[in-house]
Amino acid sequence: MDITPEVPSLAAEPSPGTGELFTGFLWLGLTGFGGVLPLARHMLVEKRRWLTAEEFTDLLGLCQFLPGGNIINLSVAVGLRFRGIPGALAAILGLIAAPTAVVIGLGVLYDRYADDPHIRHLFNGLAAAAAGLLVALSIKMASPLRTRPVAIAFASLCFVAIAILRVPLLPTMLTLAPLSILVAWRLAR
Amino acid sequence: MTPTLVALMVIFTQLSLLAFGGGATILPEMQRQVVDVHHWMSAQEFGALFALAQAAPGPNMMIVPLVGWHVAGLQGVLVTSIAKFGPSSVVTIVAASLWNRFRAHPWRPVVLAGLAPVTTGLVCSSAALITQASVQTWSLGLIVLGVAAAASRTRLHPLLLLAAGAAFGLTGIGQG
Repeated sequence: MDITPEVPSLAAEPSPGTGELFTGFLWLGLTGFGGVLPLARHMLVEKRRWLTAEEFTDLLGLCQFLPGGNIINLSVAVGLRFRGIPGALAAILGLIAAPTAVVIGLGVLYDRYADDPHIRHLFNGLAAAAAGLLVALSIKMASPLRTRPVAIAFASLCFVAIAILRVPLLPTMLTLAPLSILVAWRLAR
Repeated sequence: MTPTLVALMVIFTQLSLLAFGGGATILPEMQRQVVDVHHWMSAQEFGALFALAQAAPGPNMMIVPLVGWHVAGLQGVLVTSIAKFGPSSVVTIVAASLWNRFRAHPWRPVVLAGLAPVTTGLVCSSAALITQASVQTWSLGLIVLGVAAAASRTRLHPLLLLAAGAAFGLTGIGQG
């Protein structure tokens, strides 16, 4: 057993093994509908106490900074912290195993019944609703930029390149991201 | 590996490393590759797969294995998942090990401030392209507007809004 003296500000529970990491994130993947982030905080900080609130915020800050999904990166970072590479693997596999199975099941149903007019109507409605959620997300992300004309200009340039001209993502990112960062740096001085 | 699996691997590895700001930012490029470049599906089918992935639990990246399944079955699921989740995880592992060194670095907030407009532009592009692909009739346009308004102004659960959209669609109103 662990013989290090207890530090009150740290997470109170003993560190999880690979099995616990897998099942913890498996549960998160199964129950997280429409946004896993609040649930992830609940599980990691309050329920299982693998992280303190500060550690959670700190790790999330790192994961938001990196490419890839926040929660997926967070699972890797948490697994790595407790059990190294095997822990990272256990955590990410736990997180995506169940949703992958569910989504493929839905895909099979869609392929089988796509010719039925009722099912087609239902899926059309579902697809329109999913588009509506994306529109809402765009509004939510764009509204903090309202008062920053330079940011609006970069967002608009990106929109024209990607959505209208259909320029590939790689050259768009390689051009706009460094320019936008450079301008942010000049403005911050 | 078949040429299709190799193409899937190349596409999703690139998407993995370019996905700054979450899953919605890479939808336009994913759509461009699988619809316009490789003709594996129509834009409308891509919109349907995106909708299915949104109805499933878990991280909002679940369109990745679904595209793999649609294009190349179980092998496609494995290839797209490893290509999409592998490289960004390696970056996370390396960065987490170095985190203490650049946590308080002065350029971190600058980079974040610079990336924000670009990721916003990408998410707006996703919304425009997915809306364009999924609205074939006025009634489906109404669903987009209704869900967008409800999601922006209320705290209704996204799953509830998806169910409401599906239920309205099931009535077949305006869909011929």
